[in-house]
Amino acid sequence: MLDVTPKEISERSALRINPLKTCQPVGAMYAALGVHNCMPHSHGSQGCCSYHRMFLTRHFKDPAIAASSSFTEGASVFGGGSNLKTAIKNIFDLYEPDIIAVHTTCLSETIGDDLVTYITDAKIPEGKIVVHANTPSYVGSHITGFSSMITGLIHYLSVNTGEKNGKLALFPGFVNPGDMREMKKLMTLMGVKYTMLPDTSGVMDSPMTGEYTMYPKGGTTIDDIKDLGNCELSLALGEITSTPPAESLKTKCKVPFATLPLPIGIELTDQYIMALNRFSKNEVPYIIEEERGQLVDILLDSHKYSQNKTVAIYGDPDTVLALAQFTLEMGMIPKYLVTGTPGKTFEAKANELFEKFGVEGCTAKGNADLFELHQWIKNDSVDLMIGGTHGKYVAKAEDIPLVRAGFPIVDRYVHSYLPLVGYKGAMRLAEMILNALMDRQDRDCADEDMEMIM
Amino acid sequence: MDSRDKVLDQYSSKLYKNRKEHVIQIEDGEPNVIAADTRAIPGIMTNRGCCYAGCKGVVIGPLKDVVQIVHGPIGCSYYAWGTRRNKAKGDENTKNFLEYCFSTDMQETDIVFGGEKKLKKAIKEAVEIFDPACIMIASTCPVGLIGDDIHAVAAEAEEMYNIKVVAFSCEGYKGVSQSGGHHIANNGLMKNVIGTGDAKPVKYSINLLGEYNIGGDGWEICRVLKRIGYNIVSVMTGDGSYEEMKNAHTADLNLVQCHRSINYIAEMLKTKYGTEWLKVNFIGIEGIKQSLRDVAAFFNDPALTAKTEAVIADEEEEIAIGMVYYKSMLKDKTAAIYVGGSRTHHYINLLKSLGVEVILAGYEFAHRDDYEGRQVLPLKMDADSKNIESITVVKDPAKYRTFHTEERIKELKEAGLPIESYDGLWADIADKAMITDDYNQFETEAFLKLLKPDIFFSGIKDKYIVQRSGVPSRQLHSYDYSGPYAGFKGALNFARDVTLAVNTPAFSLVQAPWKSEPTLIGNLGGME
Repeated sequence: MLDVTPKEISERSALRINPLKTCQPVGAMYAALGVHNCMPHSHGSQGCCSYHRMFLTRHFKDPAIAASSSFTEGASVFGGGSNLKTAIKNIFDLYEPDIIAVHTTCLSETIGDDLVTYITDAKIPEGKIVVHANTPSYVGSHITGFSSMITGLIHYLSVNTGEKNGKLALFPGFVNPGDMREMKKLMTLMGVKYTMLPDTSGVMDSPMTGEYTMYPKGGTTIDDIKDLGNCELSLALGEITSTPPAESLKTKCKVPFATLPLPIGIELTDQYIMALNRFSKNEVPYIIEEERGQLVDILLDSHKYSQNKTVAIYGDPDTVLALAQFTLEMGMIPKYLVTGTPGKTFEAKANELFEKFGVEGCTAKGNADLFELHQWIKNDSVDLMIGGTHGKYVAKAEDIPLVRAGFPIVDRYVHSYLPLVGYKGAMRLAEMILNALMDRQDRDCADEDMEMIM
Repeated sequence: MDSRDKVLDQYSSKLYKNRKEHVIQIEDGEPNVIAADTRAIPGIMTNRGCCYAGCKGVVIGPLKDVVQIVHGPIGCSYYAWGTRRNKAKGDENTKNFLEYCFSTDMQETDIVFGGEKKLKKAIKEAVEIFDPACIMIASTCPVGLIGDDIHAVAAEAEEMYNIKVVAFSCEGYKGVSQSGGHHIANNGLMKNVIGTGDAKPVKYSINLLGEYNIGGDGWEICRVLKRIGYNIVSVMTGDGSYEEMKNAHTADLNLVQCHRSINYIAEMLKTKYGTEWLKVNFIGIEGIKQSLRDVAAFFNDPALTAKTEAVIADEEEEIAIGMVYYKSMLKDKTAAIYVGGSRTHHYINLLKSLGVEVILAGYEFAHRDDYEGRQVLPLKMDADSKNIESITVVKDPAKYRTFHTEERIKELKEAGLPIESYDGLWADIADKAMITDDYNQFETEAFLKLLKPDIFFSGIKDKYIVQRSGVPSRQLHSYDYSGPYAGFKGALNFARDVTLAVNTPAFSLVQAPWKSEPTLIGNLGGME
């Protein structure tokens, strides 16, 4: 397994090996799927669209619909205007969405297609909507694309009518439908009226009914997106992912915003609950207090299995940072934190975290890849890895238990239905981490050392 | 109104005009003509991918000892990383790079100032870290637009590092589908790799062309071929390698499994080195038997022929009981098959032998010869595909050799050997079957409702759509992470997987009981 990866680390500035990011459009496609009755549309050559649908389908084990402008060489040289015009007509005729959310690829971005003009000139049926976001693949990562599409939706749709709606606008970050459900559950329990954008619950985790429907029940409604402009406050979860849309809502509609890390683990969920509390001014209900207390109880019960264990966490920046904080709460040492998404914030936030918990010898790196992480591990190993499916090759090569969390997880089932966020999500995460570590103890111990009770 | 009209009538006149040529119902004995290999309609939700996917993802991707650097932004490289199940195994002499993903990860500055410098640096870093015998470079959409000359970079690197460096201009927008990428890959391999080795020809030697070892298919086929006594020079390209492919010109015969993706190399090997090719099908018992007998007939050695029959008898016996059982489970069911450019045809006979009839079928990107047979060649190129490079090769005076005389080849052809011939899907599909070329989601859903097949074979993008409709679905690209499906043992695996799919208990649990049974029970007034 990964036999040609050398232990000796060499400086690389051009060759990316085993990336921990993918490109913008798939993030935009995922965001667009979190809008009710929406058809995501990829303005580029059709390979991108097929790959992105494949990526999402494999992660969620659910249909991921999207259309493409299907550029040919001619369009690539002379512009894709007529491709987009034709596509818009065909999509509304055949697939009848209420809204088409267009994103771009490196192709249409390089040739400089002017989408604003194309969309203005397109024939859009009465009552239907076309929005767009520019998502050049050679900038940032899928996280950037996700963020840009939310911003695009706000830009086109949200209006401040001057009449406040008493709601909280929530940007959930690049998370699974299971997480979005948990965030909503907590808002409901806290008596917070909200609009979440995007909301892929009910879309990418929709039920089997015996009948396929192209647009499932879930997704943020167009009316709610329009009404975002009248929210009292917006809360951006996952600072790296969700700050840009929150800022755009502020710029366009004067909605003030607060940012928080993804609510994974105790303290970060506390922060989320406190923010909801400040917003609603309702007392925190006992059921939330009970969940929190159960979680703390679990961490105390099990601490000796997790304490001082070293862990490598890789994946999307906000997810890695929040997971790292929870492992620190479990007494673990997040020795390596790695994301493929570029940007300075990740490393700065990670170092703050190391300082806050007083751990030493931990390294964080943004714009890095799995190949480099593997080399670090070869030089100085860890007790556990946490991240997506691609890490399983490193885990096998170095015989390290792996907990799957984040994107993409294409080799296991159920994961996207259940949360990592909230106290409930942390309980699940604690169970996964402890099971991985304790299964390993059972596997590795001498027969006479096998423990019945642990 | 028949189901074809019912579906096509829902199109606007413009779409109708285009799609009516791509959607046909087979009429037995009639010359069925289909439009294929034309551009996809924007917004129609085609299942197609791009030229890059056809070149890097399909043809060159499986070459295990090659560092394949994708020159472009990160996505293209990322999505072709471990997603097609072209299995490979390294050994002490062969470095295996298939667990890796290499990219120049182009940034905005590379788009603005050009990416050649970064590509050169990436090659240098790859050489320093991995010391590969061969590097291949695949370009992506923006590379062609910004004018990076990857061929010049490759030539320079080849000289500088004294290794083979081959560049492929397979930008995603070229052609109309994956198919253009196959052609570009074929050209590059023919020009730069095949024939550069200096191995001596060996007896009974063959190449297996267009076999990508999905789920171990190629290994299963080679196991049987080796049992009979053939020497396999190279497999293109499943578990294949640069080292082996260099000597592909030394084989006596080429066996072509996937016609669409590799027929260019098959033809060029014939012209340049004199090697004949046979169309084979190692999917389904009848196909395998016919193919093995055709190969034996080509070599015409009594010992080889006897061994062929002995191996067939032995292999067939091993799976016989299982096949009878699965046939009893699947008999009289109907199927739909939508795959890329060859499997739709290859699986028809396997399904037939299990008592399953294919009533709905199609390809993403096949050409007319894959549907109608090679007798329709040459086809007229349309504007979208004419700029896919077509190369001409000439007889290699030093290495050209023929196994049979021209007269003997003529005799063999007359005896029915599929030398340089392929009859296409039409040869085996049942009368009245519905065919859609470049199938889209609209047609797939509509025909699914009208024709109600019992099982649906296609790819990952369709799988859950079909399953949601209550129809069992099996992927025929990835085999749903199972396999092999080729060869004798593969047929049994396939039959098992299909039987499991149609008998999944959960299908009977879809309806919640409160949807069909009353739960509120009350008494009528005055009655006890």
